[in-house]
Amino acid sequence: MTRRAVRRPSLPLGLVLPATALLALALGYPLLRQVVLSLQEFGLAQQFGQAPEWVGLGNYRDLVTDSALWVVVLRTIAFCFVNAGLTFGIGLGVALLMARMSRTVRILAQCGLLLAWAMPVVAAMTVWQFLFDTEYGVVNWLLTRAGGDFEGHGWLLDPWSFFFVATIIVVWMSVPFVAFTLYAALTQVPEDVVEAAAIDGAGPWQRFVHVVLPAIRPVLLVVVLLQIIWDLRVFTQIYTLQKAGGVSDDTNLLGTYIYTLGIKGGDFGTAAAAAMFMLVLTVVLTAPYVRLMLKQEED
Amino acid sequence: MARRTPTAVRLGADVVGLVVLLVCIFPVYWMVSRSFLPRNRIKGEDPVLVPWHGTLDNYRKVLTDGGFSDALMTSLSVTLLTVVVAILFAFLAAVAVSRFRFRGRRSFILALLVIQMIPAEALFISQYKMLDGMGLLNSVLGLTIVYVAGVLPFTVWTLRGFVDGVPRELEEAAMMDGCSRTQAFFRVTLPLLAPGLVATGVFGFIQAWNEFTLAVVVMTDPAKETLPVWLVAFTDSRSRGVDWGAIMASSTLITIPVVIFFLIVQRRMVSGLTAGAVKG
Repeated sequence: MTRRAVRRPSLPLGLVLPATALLALALGYPLLRQVVLSLQEFGLAQQFGQAPEWVGLGNYRDLVTDSALWVVVLRTIAFCFVNAGLTFGIGLGVALLMARMSRTVRILAQCGLLLAWAMPVVAAMTVWQFLFDTEYGVVNWLLTRAGGDFEGHGWLLDPWSFFFVATIIVVWMSVPFVAFTLYAALTQVPEDVVEAAAIDGAGPWQRFVHVVLPAIRPVLLVVVLLQIIWDLRVFTQIYTLQKAGGVSDDTNLLGTYIYTLGIKGGDFGTAAAAAMFMLVLTVVLTAPYVRLMLKQEED
Repeated sequence: MARRTPTAVRLGADVVGLVVLLVCIFPVYWMVSRSFLPRNRIKGEDPVLVPWHGTLDNYRKVLTDGGFSDALMTSLSVTLLTVVVAILFAFLAAVAVSRFRFRGRRSFILALLVIQMIPAEALFISQYKMLDGMGLLNSVLGLTIVYVAGVLPFTVWTLRGFVDGVPRELEEAAMMDGCSRTQAFFRVTLPLLAPGLVATGVFGFIQAWNEFTLAVVVMTDPAKETLPVWLVAFTDSRSRGVDWGAIMASSTLITIPVVIFFLIVQRRMVSGLTAGAVKG
């Protein structure tokens, strides 16, 4: 079908033009603008019309020398790895067990996972806030019944307990995707190869490590990458829990930190620099995913 | 995979399966069941397990209180506009990428893949500044622009898969039979793409309907809140005493359309994101 390309070379370009133009307007231009912003002093005075002042890498220097940013960055990375790790571990476990459940239970479990997956994030947040509510939360009621001293316990007051609750919620929402994707991959593992390994005397663990794992390796890789990228950008959960609990300085992750700095605080220059940091971090982490997808594209 | 699972293993797996079911549905059950309870039964000494003799008062309250319906209108406008524009733009781009080899095709695909992974949090500062400069803060149009950009990469990618799936020979056969290329496309290819257009449309709907981060950044005026932003603000209105029944009723209302649509596209969501990996 090279004819088409030769006869009307402008047609495909015209077809991608609307999408390209919109992406350029909504993402490309802001990206350039953000680079410029991050090199400027852009605070309250500029909001009221004063011309922004060029400060070179000043904003970046401020950020890098500000220990608050490093605390937030380390907290973000720790939160990301704990959540991605738990999500992946539980998701893989559920996927492996799904392959061994009786049909009825498997379908029931899949329905449950699907429901949890489908919950809009804000709806899930309100429900979990309610479950962990100080006064009327069923968690406090259960723990009190079980003999603990949890009457009127405020889960969101202490940063550790805040992140404990946030982790439960994030993992609850993320496990279904991992479980479904890995289960789908497991069903693709050729059965005769697994059986042949069993006949050759490989135990369940050996079969898993030497046959099943290599077969689902590409999917595992993508799932882990996506999970890391998604958990690095957790915003809604932290934002809503902060609103509910009232603490914010000790519980900021990168997303809410940028929001507080820029949208709330009006320091757009420094916020832009912090956002560039997050952007670069994500793009670096995304590279292996993009490479995998492009490899398939060329096949 | 395991055809002859030992009975003990299967029993163990079944127990875990039921635990998974319980953990997954309990919050959802709690949300729906609380939405039918009056305030005094929610705030009782021991929680009510099953809402016998429930009430629809919470729903009545939410639907007649101005806030919800205003936010619903905003959400519906933004969501539908996003879906229509995204499908149209994505469809054109998908046809180009699938049916033609042209200069810049590879860069376009690469850009889509990278853009898809850029978190909203990394750009919302400058998107806010841009919309502010254009006078599009607190406007349906402004939020739609950033939403369409957010869903386009995935929709182009998914639709391209569908266009790839329609054999060119079908189009060519129609042209042999006397159709022009345009006719062949509209009469043969387009109907075959209908499931793909539905799937991507539903995906766009779910994304725009659920989105919170950009909505909270762009819609700062309480009169212009989308449903998610309204719900969070409503939950936060501690001064009036938290009305959990009404909050659970609104959460349920927001969830229903998503669950219905989600069931339609679930399969696509799994395969779309990992298609590259499955083939290796």
